[in-house]
Amino acid sequence: MIEFSLQKNLHTAEGEMQLHVTAKIERGQFVSLYGASGAGKTSILRMLAGFMKPDNGYIKVDHTEWYNGLLKNYLEPQQRRIGFVFQDYALFPNMNVRENLLFALGKNEPTNIVDELLDVTGLTNLAARKIQALSGGQQQRVALARAIAKKPAILLLDEPLSAIDSVMRAQLQDTLREIHKRYALTTILVSHNTDEIIKLSDVVIQLEQGRFTRQTTPADFFRNGNDTGTLTGNIVSIDDNGNAVVLIDNRLLHINIGGKFNVNDKVKIKANEIM
Amino acid sequence: MIELAPLWLTLKLALSTTLILFIIAVPLANWLTGDKGVFKVVVQTIVSMPLVLPPTVIGFYLLLAFSPANWFGHWLEQWFNIRLVFSFSGLLIASVIYSFPFMVHPIQSGLSSLSPSLKEASYSLGKTKWQTLSKVLLPNIKPSLLTGIVLTFAHTVGEFGVVLMIGGNVPNKTRTASIAIYDEVDALHYHSANIYAGILLALSFAILLLLYSFNRKMQQARFY
Repeated sequence: MIEFSLQKNLHTAEGEMQLHVTAKIERGQFVSLYGASGAGKTSILRMLAGFMKPDNGYIKVDHTEWYNGLLKNYLEPQQRRIGFVFQDYALFPNMNVRENLLFALGKNEPTNIVDELLDVTGLTNLAARKIQALSGGQQQRVALARAIAKKPAILLLDEPLSAIDSVMRAQLQDTLREIHKRYALTTILVSHNTDEIIKLSDVVIQLEQGRFTRQTTPADFFRNGNDTGTLTGNIVSIDDNGNAVVLIDNRLLHINIGGKFNVNDKVKIKANEIM
Repeated sequence: MIELAPLWLTLKLALSTTLILFIIAVPLANWLTGDKGVFKVVVQTIVSMPLVLPPTVIGFYLLLAFSPANWFGHWLEQWFNIRLVFSFSGLLIASVIYSFPFMVHPIQSGLSSLSPSLKEASYSLGKTKWQTLSKVLLPNIKPSLLTGIVLTFAHTVGEFGVVLMIGGNVPNKTRTASIAIYDEVDALHYHSANIYAGILLALSFAILLLLYSFNRKMQQARFY
């Protein structure tokens, strides 16, 4: 269980903003933080990671206190067991792909996890490549593999797929989902891509003006529509009241579709509209 | 023929200055990079002072400080039996101070050109500040490190004002090549002056050529 309450006065482009958020996240959940630019999403990740000091609050991870503003407890990022994937990937240019992953391990730690991660992320053939010789999508995979090599308590992803084209993005979303399940990670993703959020997350937390305004399931989040994206899926079942289960990229969305459709129909869903 | 002692002395001074400054400048530049507090701004200003001050000003104040007639020089002599004025050690200290910005600035600008996320990524992987500096940051600013080393070396070789003020002109102790040139010209020995000057010219050219060739190679090597 991860619990946190964070207070921080942020200096944004629109002036000062008081960030004040509280949340509880279950072990093994995939949580998406959704909100407009400048709402404070990245700052929350940075405070969880220990890169930014909150003004007040607490962070508790599995009964260990990472931060307590009252008691002035503060764990440095090195002691927090986090994996962080940065927007710019932050790969080390002086090391090749394999060396970037090996760097995450401590002295005398077995290196077979590195080979396994290279395999899972499809990087085995690129292991000896320099970072600069990789495409954006490949760099993203290295960053992801490196972040989980240490088996972190929380995996923090700061808009990791924002700079990648849509085809590669879909592949990476699959990899991300697979890794999250395979290594039983607790993952927090910052994103403003609704498609991605529905596809990946168990819980969506909406952030507006420095406050958490909603913590909900992806289907609820999608139905109540702050989104602009369109989802495509197949209807798996419909009950008598028109409540359908739609399969979208291996995830099930419960939605009321009325009486117009049949099982196995392919539907496009945009906010509350079904096509 | 010319005496070789001033050339050896110049080389010894330049190498020692470069080594000492490298050891001091790397942690200092790392500390100066990033958030700027008031104290850091003051330190930054002091580090940069030798860029704008005439060498004679620095030399003059160091001469006063090192002189046994004043408290610092007196204290050194009383407690450690060290006299810095007109000695190689005094010259070395003056050189280190005078060349400070030439080592600190390139390293600092190299470090600030790196994305802050590199440092944070290393921290998130459990690495200490020292491991991060030595294994992640410094290897990625090799051209800046080399620029600092080469500029400091070359600048020390070319030092004149500070050397004259602190060291005077003591053969084998403080008579460096640049002082020897001045001396030879003063005595109308243009031929000897020409040889010293020619050697310094060739040395400076070779050093800078090496620097630019290396940096060019580093640029090309980035993608292979």
